Amino acid sequence: MRERTLLRGRAGWPERFEHLQQPPQRIWIAGSARPRLPAVAVVGSRLATPAGVDIARSIGRGLAGAGAQVISGMARGIDGAAHHGAVDGGGETIAVLGCGIDVCYPAEHARLRRAILTSGCVISEEPPGTPPLKHHFPKRNRLIAALAQAVVVVEATPNSGALSTARWAVDLGREVLAVPGSIRSPQSEGTNLLIRDGARPYLGFGDLLDALPELGPLLPLPIDAKSAEQRISHRLAPELAEILTRMGSTPVLPDELAATLGLSAAVVASRLGSLELEGAILSLPGGRVARTF
Amino acid sequence: MIACATSCSTYGLAGIPIRVEADIANGLPNFTVVGLTDRAIQEARERVRSAIRNSDFPFPAQRVTVNLAPAEVPKEGTGFDLAIAIAVLIADGRIGRADGAALVGELALGGAIRPVTGVLPMARCLAAHGVRRLIVASENAEEAALVDGLEVLAAPTLRACAAHLSGGRPLDRCRAPALLPAEQPPDVDLAAIRGQSAAKRALEIAAAGGHNVLMTGPPGAGKTMLAGAFPWLLPDLPVDHALEVAAIYSLRGALRERAATSLRPPFRAPHHSVSRAGLVGGGTGVALPGEISLAHRGVLFMDELCEFPRTHLEALRQPLEERRVTVVRARAAVTYPSEFMLVAAANPCPCGHLGDDQPCRCSPRLLQEYQSRLSGPIKDRIDLTMTVPRQQYAEIFDAAADEPSAIVRARVDAARARQHARQDALNSVLQGAELRARCRLGASASRLLARSGERLRLSARGFFRVLRVARTIADLAGDDAVGEDALAEAIRYRTGADA
Repeated sequence: MRERTLLRGRAGWPERFEHLQQPPQRIWIAGSARPRLPAVAVVGSRLATPAGVDIARSIGRGLAGAGAQVISGMARGIDGAAHHGAVDGGGETIAVLGCGIDVCYPAEHARLRRAILTSGCVISEEPPGTPPLKHHFPKRNRLIAALAQAVVVVEATPNSGALSTARWAVDLGREVLAVPGSIRSPQSEGTNLLIRDGARPYLGFGDLLDALPELGPLLPLPIDAKSAEQRISHRLAPELAEILTRMGSTPVLPDELAATLGLSAAVVASRLGSLELEGAILSLPGGRVARTF
Repeated sequence: MIACATSCSTYGLAGIPIRVEADIANGLPNFTVVGLTDRAIQEARERVRSAIRNSDFPFPAQRVTVNLAPAEVPKEGTGFDLAIAIAVLIADGRIGRADGAALVGELALGGAIRPVTGVLPMARCLAAHGVRRLIVASENAEEAALVDGLEVLAAPTLRACAAHLSGGRPLDRCRAPALLPAEQPPDVDLAAIRGQSAAKRALEIAAAGGHNVLMTGPPGAGKTMLAGAFPWLLPDLPVDHALEVAAIYSLRGALRERAATSLRPPFRAPHHSVSRAGLVGGGTGVALPGEISLAHRGVLFMDELCEFPRTHLEALRQPLEERRVTVVRARAAVTYPSEFMLVAAANPCPCGHLGDDQPCRCSPRLLQEYQSRLSGPIKDRIDLTMTVPRQQYAEIFDAAADEPSAIVRARVDAARARQHARQDALNSVLQGAELRARCRLGASASRLLARSGERLRLSARGFFRVLRVARTIADLAGDDAVGEDALAEAIRYRTGADA
């Protein structure tokens, strides 16, 4: 692993850090790539819903296909999914860490981290060996906002760190996009608040193109979220497809499905079991079920 | 002169008839009791001496020796008091003879006869050994009279007992109480719990197949209430099972909590601060039955499963597997039956809000640790896992859809009858080859099962658990073959850690 220190004002220093009022004096960087444009940050909650994870992955993949760098924080949930998507799509991705660049946090992302080092890089303003401490992360968020031209918040609870990234982005004049969600989903509360405060709603990749026209010419086929659904649902029996269409993107309780569909608990359980085997739904802790796409 | 009386000692649920021999010889006045006795029996000398004097008999001013035979069996408790007193009175020539009647009871200093624990197992043992008549304290008479072919006489005092034996006023004979199906309404009726239809359905399946259940859900979601309603979904016990249960309660001295004549399956809910001995059985001397044996033929409810010490949960493995528990103590090893259904409840995570509307505050590492604690030691014994969510949109549930327990119980009864007709056992005890033989799968159901093995990464044990539950679902539906629907539903109740 090539591990280097970049000093402010010297060769290789990322220009865009100078947009910050208090830029870092030096950063540590490891990996094969260097920050460049176009670059888009994809951030969100660590406790993400399956739908959120799927959206983050597909945005990451889409950006990789469009030749943009995907910047995120390598946290669990949305961040990790965005990196994964970029790696899947064969693009470059940058993880800006709140710990030393030689520290793998969270530990379960060891493999993802290796993939990022191969196809992108990790950056930190903390010296190597620094443990992930709580107060590092808000500082780290400003670097994400500085490097990116636009920030997409996929899911965020009202006190999520992703909202602080969005605030930094607004201060720096970057585009902020937020994925809207149900008003009853805690994971979408933060993004819905962003939209109310003027963030651009992200309803599809086209919104990202509108926000960053320079992505346009590079973009291959538009990412069609419906395709996965069609792939699975065309082979489902009609009674299973009916349940799926009633589910929406927010997780629901089987009891609620039974009540709205007017079916018995036994029938709903049996159909949900079949859907689970088809890979069309996931059981979440706490008893809710969610569509996988 | 030597005289004899019969009493009884318990050894676990089994009993041993004890011959109480008394000898009065010339010498310095002295009173000894021998025959591997414990402290309570040594103290019996004081109670017997006072009780005899206070019943208007003189205590022999000679050398009195009492032997409890067989002398090699350890004996404990105060139930020998009455037999010792009667043997001494006979040896002293104050009354005739014990006339084939066995005697069990503790004496008060004033001569009154007090109840003791374990009279029901003693009565069963005595009847089995050919004893036809038993004299006990009035309070113990009803439980003893449950035993067929035994004439039970209730003696209020030593004096009344002595009068009866010398041909005076006879003691009251206690009639056998009737064991009748309970007419009382359930303590907790399912209809009183709004919504939770998925959880109720899972409990119905558990009741029908005798499956152990784990409920997870946030605090206040209604897990405890559902558990309380659960025993009322189970059928009444057959009389021999009810007697078995009553014998365990008698031994533990717990008949005040549950009438000896009750046919309802017992329900025990030990708090997680229970000691290991209290849970699986123990105590000094010969071990007493613990909560798991008090739940024999019934339900053991363990709320806050993760709060129970790990050693307790480990100790549950043997009883869950072998349906009985052997407790070894310095003086003896005893075995008690423990054929209970386990209903366990736990929060989904340490803070209790994982997957709830309130955000969960647990770190992923804490969560992982908790999950392993939850599913660790007894996961293999739990066929059915269900979530009990907090009911959020109460308005959309139709109160009329909440079925009363009696209706669910009728379906459970029918499903159990099918199982007994087919294999003379509940589905929960089916294993390996027999389980496969009893679950005839259609072609599409076989494919579904194979697919579930791959996709859900079921272990072999997990696979059998799904199959057992599917068998019960089919029985509830009245189907001979296990169909796709039953299998798909069973997959929803698989134990989480398999997923």
